[in-house]
Amino acid sequence: MNRALSQSARKTPAPADAPETGAFLYPEPPDTDRYSACVHCGFCLEVCPTYQETSDENLSPRGRVYLIKQAAQGLLELDEGLENPVFSCLDCRACESVCPSGVEVGALIEKARGQFHLKAEEEGGASPLTRLFLRGVFAHPRRLRALGKMLRLYQKSGLRAVARSLRLLRVLPPHIREMEAVLPQLSDPPALLKLPERIPAAGTGAQPAAPVTGALFTGCVMDLFFSDINQATARVLTRNGITVVVPKTQVCCGALHVHAGDREQARALARQNIDAFLASGADYVVVNAAGCGAALKEYPELFSGQPDLYAQAQAFARRVRDISEVLVEVGFQPPRGRIERTVTYHDACHLCHAQGIRSQPRQLLTSIPGLKLVPLPDSERCCGSAGIYNLTHPDMANRLLERKLDDIPEAADAVVMGNPGCMLQIRLGVQRRQAGVDVLHTVQLLDESYRKEVIEC
Amino acid sequence: MLSSSLIRELTEIVGPGGVIHDSKQLAAYECDAYVAQTGRPAAVVLPADTDQVAQVVRCLAQAGVPFLPRGAGTGLSGGATPMHHEVVISLARMDKLLHVDFANQRATVQPGFVNLELTRQVAQQGFYYAPDPSSQSVCTIGGNVGENAGGSHCLKYGVTTNHVVAAKVVLPDGELVELGDPYGDPLGLDVLGLLVGSEGTLGIATEITVRILKRPQAVKTVMAWFERVEDASDTVSGIIADGIIPAACEMMDQLAMQAVDKSMYHVGYPPDIEAVLLIEVDGLAAGVDDLAERVVEVCRRHRVRTVRVAKDEAERSLWWSSRKMAFPAIGRISPDYMVQDGVIPRTRLTEVLKTIARYSQEAGLRVANVFHAGDGNLHPLICYDARIPGQTEQAAELGRRILELCVDVGGSITGEHGVGVEKIREMEYLFTDTELHLQARLREAFNPRDLCNPGKLIPRPARCVEVKQAAAALASHTSHTV
Repeated sequence: MNRALSQSARKTPAPADAPETGAFLYPEPPDTDRYSACVHCGFCLEVCPTYQETSDENLSPRGRVYLIKQAAQGLLELDEGLENPVFSCLDCRACESVCPSGVEVGALIEKARGQFHLKAEEEGGASPLTRLFLRGVFAHPRRLRALGKMLRLYQKSGLRAVARSLRLLRVLPPHIREMEAVLPQLSDPPALLKLPERIPAAGTGAQPAAPVTGALFTGCVMDLFFSDINQATARVLTRNGITVVVPKTQVCCGALHVHAGDREQARALARQNIDAFLASGADYVVVNAAGCGAALKEYPELFSGQPDLYAQAQAFARRVRDISEVLVEVGFQPPRGRIERTVTYHDACHLCHAQGIRSQPRQLLTSIPGLKLVPLPDSERCCGSAGIYNLTHPDMANRLLERKLDDIPEAADAVVMGNPGCMLQIRLGVQRRQAGVDVLHTVQLLDESYRKEVIEC
Repeated sequence: MLSSSLIRELTEIVGPGGVIHDSKQLAAYECDAYVAQTGRPAAVVLPADTDQVAQVVRCLAQAGVPFLPRGAGTGLSGGATPMHHEVVISLARMDKLLHVDFANQRATVQPGFVNLELTRQVAQQGFYYAPDPSSQSVCTIGGNVGENAGGSHCLKYGVTTNHVVAAKVVLPDGELVELGDPYGDPLGLDVLGLLVGSEGTLGIATEITVRILKRPQAVKTVMAWFERVEDASDTVSGIIADGIIPAACEMMDQLAMQAVDKSMYHVGYPPDIEAVLLIEVDGLAAGVDDLAERVVEVCRRHRVRTVRVAKDEAERSLWWSSRKMAFPAIGRISPDYMVQDGVIPRTRLTEVLKTIARYSQEAGLRVANVFHAGDGNLHPLICYDARIPGQTEQAAELGRRILELCVDVGGSITGEHGVGVEKIREMEYLFTDTELHLQARLREAFNPRDLCNPGKLIPRPARCVEVKQAAAALASHTSHTV
């Protein structure tokens, strides 16, 4: 079994510049250059939530990259030996933040998942969850809205109360039942419908040197559950002299599809968004959901073999900014309305690890008069939400959620973040523990402070 | 494959979640951070405490199945690589801090406890754990004990063996012994000293008691850029000759600077300097500024281009990250690397670096140098591409030449990374047969059937066997005559 030095040539017969394929027989295999960058040092182990929980090399970034490399070299097959390591990854990218070699683990995992996805399609079956949610709902704005309406009706009509009292929900798996329990009230209609196509910059405060236009990306989960945050985002932007446009033909960012390996569907969504936003002519594409922001910035990744589309995707990606990022970049107006609260800040993985955004949200929060920001220990560790990970891997997601809750300092009366997935997840935990802590988006506090100053004036 | 009855037995000891035996899940355990040689384990077992380790070892010993301990798998010489189809006993789940005695400056940890985590846990009270291998954010104290790990600050504070005072050890037959003494000097033979650095060939430490030190009152870190390696080398000797004992004294060459500057630990080294020195002094607040000033003076005497003291903790931390992340940052400039660990007398630095540069040119492989200059511990990083047929062997050959060079100038083949499988041949270059035989006999006393990490550390050349046979013949002859 040993592959000692004298035999190692056999292991890798391909010349250095030839792309290896091995077990990856479908289009867009994990890139050779990306996994070759891994020198197997293991510096990533300690920050990987799944390794922290299991201590199993198979569930570590280094282990996953090693297995992907082995499969690319034809030493492993595209089967369950690789499937579990690749799909159990949260895609949180904490490993990328510490990797001295700069291995892009997220991109490798996503492409490896793509191989499994195409294989499953060829064999005639993606998982029902994938089919239903990713292709059936998220890819279609109207169906997504219909789902929203149904949920709203379900909550408002008393059907929820009936279902609960009759224990009808028992047919659902326990973790879905729990999620149902904490779904926020869907009272507002989606911002994508409600907001006008163009909102001029507000006249108050200093204006940016040149007129700035920001096109608001409203997202799916964000707009379904937290459309008020989208509205707050628009208010905060205009308050800072930025004209807001809301391209009405925008669709889901495709992050969930990329994470699940459905690159084809993600590409279709990306093309539509690129067209919609480039046509708007806006200087920035402004996002308030970390997961969407990271996916939008990574659109070029989906078009690597198509020069024209790649260039367009790059032009698009260059404009994408998280709301906290754009505010700091153009120079935001320090808010004057007091908010006497002590809050802590959770770094959403796709803000801190995927986009490197750490200081900007904190800068916004600490600019609010009266607001005290206390540190959250290990704030960059995933809360377990990770897209639909909490639906596909409820056990691991739960363990990470519990750790996150344990870390919330007692002094904090709210935990603040920049991603709707984390908000749903942490809200679930807070409700379960009956902890008296609010779960908020950074923009909500900033907006509140701005609105208070109007009232106070 | 292990027999199903043995798997059942192991599962009974550690629970179903603690045994990995499906062949598809074993590939990830084929190697540690030394990747040039790999081997598939028979199984991986993840015990939770000393008792489980003892039971697992007993069970495997009875079945005659070889096994080896593994920590975080960050070793650089293949010490945890299962070359003989061993069962890997991963200690990663034994990651608890068991006890801290601040008054007497002792901490007891399980072997899977991460090195840096100990410093984090005691920092609030003003203490730290001194041995600081570059992988300290990940590597385990059990692994450090196995390899007698060093680090940047061992120039002043010593290596792991100087900090371990006691250990519970499961011997290769499953018996449990307690070695050393938490508070006194050990009586009798220093068996604990023998165990530290034995690379898992004498047993498995399951509880380790170490010294924790009071943080020095003050620290100053100096960075110096040199246009010529000679000047940097002379500076190192000059500092020591001046009577200063730096806490650390590190050097990197241009290629290493380029690699690490491409990572997120970007310092911005100029492209036309040959060497950078990172020198740290620590101690009482009253004296440290003077010490730092004297270090700067010595640098100036040796034609330094730029020298300065870190202005704050953030800058100091960046400089240290730049040094500590240099090994893996080589991944930015080369798909694979092999790191050597030779030790030389400090005064031979310049000449040895020049010879390494020549060897590098002859082999057509780039070599970056990152090392503990203060104690002459070199880390030449040989860049290669395993996908090019033959290049792994070329890199290994170049490594061998470099180590033999170190031995030739009066040094050694390893300062802190261990022998593992990587340097086993060089052991024969460094030691005489008699010396190796003595080591082999010592190992035999602990590990008579060679089930515990076989084939590591001490070579088993044919002539060693002959020596053994001759000795046995002599012994029986002697007993007949008595």
